[in-house]
Parts: sequence; C-alpha cells; structure tokens
Amino acid sequence: MLDIRALSKRFGGLHAVRDVALAVPEGRIVALIGPNGAGKTTTFAMIAGFIRPDAGTITFDGRDITGLRPDRIAGRGMVRTFQITQPFAGLTVAENIRVGAFLRTGDAAEATARARETGTRLGLGPWLDRSAAALTVAGRKRLEVARALATRPRLLLLDEVMAGLNPSEIHEIVALIRAIRDSGITILLIEHIMQAVAALADDVYVLAQGALIAQGSPRDIANNPAVIEAYLGRGAAARLAADA
Amino acid sequence: MKWAAIAALAALPFALPSQSLVNIAMLTAFSAFLGQCWNIAGGFGGLTSFGHAVFFGTGAYTGAILQTRYGLNPWLGLPAAFVLGAAVGAGIGAASFRAGLRGSYFALVTLAFAEVFRVLSNSLDFTRGGLGINIPLALSWRNFQFADRRATYAVVLALLAFATAAATWLTRSRFGARLAALRENEDAACALGVDLVRTKTLALALSGGLTATAGVVYVQTYLYIDPTIAFGTERSVEMLLVAMIGGAGTIWGPLLGAVVLHLVADLSRNFIATPGFAPMLYGVVLLLIVAVMPQGLTGLWERLKRA
Repeated sequence: MLDIRALSKRFGGLHAVRDVALAVPEGRIVALIGPNGAGKTTTFAMIAGFIRPDAGTITFDGRDITGLRPDRIAGRGMVRTFQITQPFAGLTVAENIRVGAFLRTGDAAEATARARETGTRLGLGPWLDRSAAALTVAGRKRLEVARALATRPRLLLLDEVMAGLNPSEIHEIVALIRAIRDSGITILLIEHIMQAVAALADDVYVLAQGALIAQGSPRDIANNPAVIEAYLGRGAAARLAADA
Repeated sequence: MKWAAIAALAALPFALPSQSLVNIAMLTAFSAFLGQCWNIAGGFGGLTSFGHAVFFGTGAYTGAILQTRYGLNPWLGLPAAFVLGAAVGAGIGAASFRAGLRGSYFALVTLAFAEVFRVLSNSLDFTRGGLGINIPLALSWRNFQFADRRATYAVVLALLAFATAAATWLTRSRFGARLAALRENEDAACALGVDLVRTKTLALALSGGLTATAGVVYVQTYLYIDPTIAFGTERSVEMLLVAMIGGAGTIWGPLLGAVVLHLVADLSRNFIATPGFAPMLYGVVLLLIVAVMPQGLTGLWERLKRA
C-alpha cells in the first residue's frame, strides 16, 4: 500500500536519512524503530509531506506522492500523528476531533456526531467538552489518534504514541492500536518501547544513523546483533553473548 | 431573551431625541462593524493585521471614484467595493501565506501594504492625490446620502448584522473550524487535511471585502476622502483595538469593544481637548489589553466566572 524507495534527506552536513526503502502492505502493522536521532521522525515527516526529500520516491496506493503537500496526502487517506502532541489548545476536545472529521464531510452536524463518536471510542468521552489544553499526556496522545482517525484514513502514521505513558496506559493503547488495525486501517508506527513493538508489529524496520540496518519480524530483530549494537554500542552483542 | 435585549438596544437610537446622540450611536455601530470585519480574519483566523485600513481605503476610493468619475449610482459602490476589497485581500493573502508569513511578520506586511496604498493614492491623478475627492452634495436616499443620521445608522446596523452573521457562521461551519485549527496549530491542521493557503486567503478576502463596504458608507456620510483618512494607521489600529478590547475571536467581542471604546473616547474628549489625544489613548488601551487581558473583556468575564 505504501512503498518507499531510496529516500534521502540532508540537513547541511548531516545526512539525516540515507537511502531508506520500506514497504507497508495493506492490513498490517509495520514498525520503524531505532535509537534517538536515527532519522525516524524525519522519514515520517517526508512520508507525510512535511519535509521534501532530496532523493527517492514515495508511492501510496500505486501513485507517486513524493513532494505532495501534507493536506493533499491526508486527503488521499494517509494521516500522521505527532510525537510531540500538537493539540488545538484553544478548542475543546470534541472540536479538535471535528477538524479531522471535516475532511470527509462538509456537514457540521455530521462532523460533530462523528467527532464525538470517535472521541468516545478512544476513551475521551468524559473530556469531549473540556479544553484540549486540560488533557493529561495520555489524553493528548489519544487525542492525536482520535483526530487522525476522524479523517477516516486508510493508512495511519503513528509517531511514538506511547512515549511518556505509564505501563497500564501503554497496555490500553496497544489494545487500541490493534483494534484500529482490525477495523481495516493499515498502520505504520515509530516506537521506542520494544515490548510494545513486539506485541504489535507484523514487520519491523530498524534505522540507525539515517540508514536501515535490519528488517524482519519482531523476534528476528530482537536477536539481530547489528540492532543490539546500534542501541547498546559497539561490541555489546558479543558481550551479551559471552555473559549468557 | 438575549436576542430581544440586543434588538431593543439596537433599536433604541431610532427613538433618540437629538441627531448628535444618534450620531454617537451610528459611530459606535460603525466601529463595531469595522471591528467585526477585522475579527473575521484577525480574531477567528489569528491573522493579526495591522493594516486593515488598506481595505477600508480601497472601498472608500472605489465608491468615490465610481460615482464622481463614472457616474455610477453610489449604492452600487457597496458590491463593487466588496469585490475589490476581497480581491485586495486575496492578493495580499496569497502572497503572504504562500511565503509562509504569520504572526508579527504578517502584521508588518499588512502595515506595509496600507502605507503603499496611502502613498500611491497620494501621488496618483486617478485618486486626485493629496487633494482627495469631494462628493457633490445631493441628499436623497436614492443617492445614498441622508439628511437624517438615523438612516445612516440603519445602513450601518444592517452591515453590522451581516458581518456578525458571517462571524456566527464561522463558529459553526467547516470553513470556520479549519480557520480556527490553523490559528491554533498550523502543522496539526495541515496534517488533518486543511489547505493552509486557501483557507487563510479566503478568510482575508472575506474580511477585506466586508471592510471595504465600510469605506463606501464613510464616503457617503462625510462626502470626502483623502489618502490619510482612507489608509491611515489610526483606522487600522482602531479596528483591531475594538475587536481586542471586547475579545478577538468571539461573536460579540467587537460590539462590546466598540461600546466601551466609544464611551471612553467620547467621555474623555469632554475633559481633554488636545488634538491627537485619541491615538495616544488607543496606545495606552492597547498596552493594557496585551498586558492585563489578552482575551479581552469577554475573556475577563469568563475568568471571573470561573474564579
């Protein structure tokens, strides 16, 4: 459904993303992981149209969307969330979600109904008429997902929706993401929390210093020496093996 | 109940005994209308323009030139001014928003546009330069010139009602929701499919078109326009002040703001007759608002209710 080839981006002397290729098949959950500064968020920003890549192509549904504006990409059915949550702080929670719902309908009453329904489904029911600024971190993460879902996407890009959540909140959101996938929405997610990735992803891509270093099922990735070294430093895999 | 009270308040000036009292009511409604026009872009859209006089002046000159030069009926100046004001708004908007300007940068650009228009109108023959344009006196409703201020008040009131209806539409429609989303967070709005340039440009065009009609009313009331009256900074500041005193981005803010500003300005005039006092007063009021109540009187009321 989403196909990325030879994607590259430089910021001055920094090669933030180098020759990245990945594929997200319809109906699956694909995870993009990697240490801090690996280029995950830059990759995401390019896919969603917020940063123009220097090279490479992004194909969504068989059509080239490289360099398209974010709102156009959202219109085609691929919507992102933000790692650092970006609520419309001056609006209520329901009004926040309604902005998403308006992508598919011009009717105010219908958009409001859909926004409230989506918010309730994501556990934001009690906060719908409160200011979005009053939400907790977990609430804001849910709001990000709710707004994106209200646009009725076919592919959802989730940027670290679990960062900053406590274990029980993570448990809830993992179930939520699985339910979203089961409702027929394909998901590409960036995540730091391996436990969550292992529980969710069908396919994992590992990015380090801007380049892909591994790809496979969560189990393969967890045992891959290159991945362990990327996270824990050179020689870590060998030391771990020796300790075992 | 609320509507009945508002209607009664709006109708009250028709029963006032003296023309000068009616005149104060008319000027207040005129300020409220201009504030509401600014509010549509500046309040609801967060497009804080410091140069809305560019639209006011465009409308004023449109009305003046069409009738003195081309003999057009002045009533037709209203739609003509709307179209031209909207076109100027679309032009400024497309240029600024495509370039990604916002906040104080956008404010500076609008200020610059108003200055450019002022200088142009000061030097072009078409606008009769610094001499300004006189409209020949010909009192008749057909000619959009009224001896009775109550008639002018009625016209201003109708325009104010129209602008307020537009503001109300913004609080309910898809367009308004998108505009508010852009005001709150541009990246998030774009990620949800909101077309930034298109939405903001349309908002500025709507605001500019409405503002321009006020220029026509001004010309028909005072029968004279010159570059400073048309494009001067004082007009721009008064418009944003009215909206901000009452509460930018709220439906009733500009109406409340106009009433308060006129009470203060007209009362103080009785005590201090120094010329140039009004702009000074505006400066002080603006400082106070920014420092003490950024959400205006409406916001202050909400805060007190919660406290």
